[in-house]
Amino acid sequence: MPFMYRKKRISIFCGHYGSGKTNIAVNYALSLKRDGCPVRIADLDIVNPYFRTKDSAAELEAAGIPLISPTFANTNVDLPALPQELYALVQQTHTYAVMDVGGDDRGAYALGRYAPYILEENDYDMFCVVNFYRPLTTTPEEAAAVMQEISAAAHLPFTAIINNSNLGAATTQEDVLATFEKCRELSRITGLEIAATCFRSDLLMDDADPSYMPLQLQKRYFDINE
Amino acid sequence: MAEKVLMKGNEAIAEAAIKAGCMHYFGYPITPQTEIAAYMAKRMPKIGGTFLQAESEVAAINMVYGVAGAGFRVMTSSSSPGVSLKQEGISYIAGADLPALIVNVQRGGPGLGGIQPSQSDYFQATKGGGHGDYRLIVLAPASVQEMADLTVRAFDLSDKYRVPAMLLADGTLGQMMEPVEIPEPDVTPVEKPWAVNGTKGQRQHNIVNSLYLKPDQLEKTNFERFERYKQIEENEVMVESFMMEDAEYCIVAFGIAARISKNAVIAARKKGIKVGLIRPITLWPFPTDTIARAAEQVRGFLSVELSMGQMIEDVKLASSCKKPVLLCNRAGGMIPSPEEVLAKLDELIQL
Repeated sequence: MPFMYRKKRISIFCGHYGSGKTNIAVNYALSLKRDGCPVRIADLDIVNPYFRTKDSAAELEAAGIPLISPTFANTNVDLPALPQELYALVQQTHTYAVMDVGGDDRGAYALGRYAPYILEENDYDMFCVVNFYRPLTTTPEEAAAVMQEISAAAHLPFTAIINNSNLGAATTQEDVLATFEKCRELSRITGLEIAATCFRSDLLMDDADPSYMPLQLQKRYFDINE
Repeated sequence: MAEKVLMKGNEAIAEAAIKAGCMHYFGYPITPQTEIAAYMAKRMPKIGGTFLQAESEVAAINMVYGVAGAGFRVMTSSSSPGVSLKQEGISYIAGADLPALIVNVQRGGPGLGGIQPSQSDYFQATKGGGHGDYRLIVLAPASVQEMADLTVRAFDLSDKYRVPAMLLADGTLGQMMEPVEIPEPDVTPVEKPWAVNGTKGQRQHNIVNSLYLKPDQLEKTNFERFERYKQIEENEVMVESFMMEDAEYCIVAFGIAARISKNAVIAARKKGIKVGLIRPITLWPFPTDTIARAAEQVRGFLSVELSMGQMIEDVKLASSCKKPVLLCNRAGGMIPSPEEVLAKLDELIQL
């Protein structure tokens, strides 16, 4: 069962550096597509040129999901310009939109220019992706502070939390379960619902809670041993 | 035991430096190391330290010079073009016998080059990128954990010998995330009686300086400094040997190239090829003895590098060219695959 949550027209994924936004955004878009929805995905990461949605370009193309990414993404031109197609994504309401917003509050500034349209349509979810194993968001209080910075920069309030706590390839099921209490505390502090908890698909139990979101990881160029 | 966190290599360097008692960071942003500066910008104000984004790399390294002279642990970080800019300051710091940490998260060059990983600053790091007779202690991590551990080690060695240290990483290690236990080292301050920190009327003035207008004095400081370099060469070599016991062929690689090579060694062993890996962890001092001993044992060496071939010269020197040394390399931000390493290994075997 693919994870869909409330299936709003626009789904925005924000969070601290390296919290796993891109991976989740790609998985979410693929889920929507599998469910028969027309969907486009946008890469708004103007900060980090290393890990981005475009790394999954081939997979998205194969699934028939158009990718809108900064013109110079994955080229060596480090120019943070956004393409005009992003306005179409926000304004053409017949297609689902998934937005991957990178790089803390700095990255969220890019989202801010679309905020008036998103608020006017008012059919969006803005998820805060949090990984409690990442530095600077190891406590609910720190995570809440980062959320506030991002929300202020984006001029958009968050609507829900996605717990993506993991230790990379070494993650165990216990590692994920151990963060539940922190995430519930974050939910209490912010008054926001926990929309999903992410498990790498091979860690997901058979009788998993329907709010667990199975994740297929983005491809690596090659495996790196320990 | 410290709790595990999932960190980028760059973040691990920054947090480990703070844990090692470094309260002063000066730098200027450049991909792929900017997370170090970003992390310091967030953490330093909270712990009463200094984060300062300087107007340029040149300014940053001279601020490091100043704080090092005052006897505090201090660091700067950059990537290849930025480290080139710092070379004058690094030479001055070496000439003034000051401890400091310089981090280079290498990217492709020369010139502005690219933003993808590279190891093409090996010469610059190990042979003295600035002017004059001097050495840096150069440490080459190969994992996010080592980014943290060797940062601490670099501060310790630098203080011990009054020689600036360089952590030579690359864009892959800076950007990749792995679980890491941040070390909690003993940070008892090292005695620095030479520091320029105020006489309080109790002692003679200390002078931190690299200018010696009398040639006999300058010669003397050079000879004394090289005595310390000799001690470092004798006592501080760090090297990992992997499957070398019965090896007939030897891959030499450091940093991310060593991670890739380890995969190649494992794959080759499955095919029955007796190959091992020597991974220099200190690039200076270079593990000359380990390579020399291997030269008596193996039929040939393969130097795997993300450059046009720089460390290969040290492999040839250390092995006295007793056995053939081939190069397996990619450049400009490209990374060799284990398959490419295996193909080159086949060439070596065919020789």
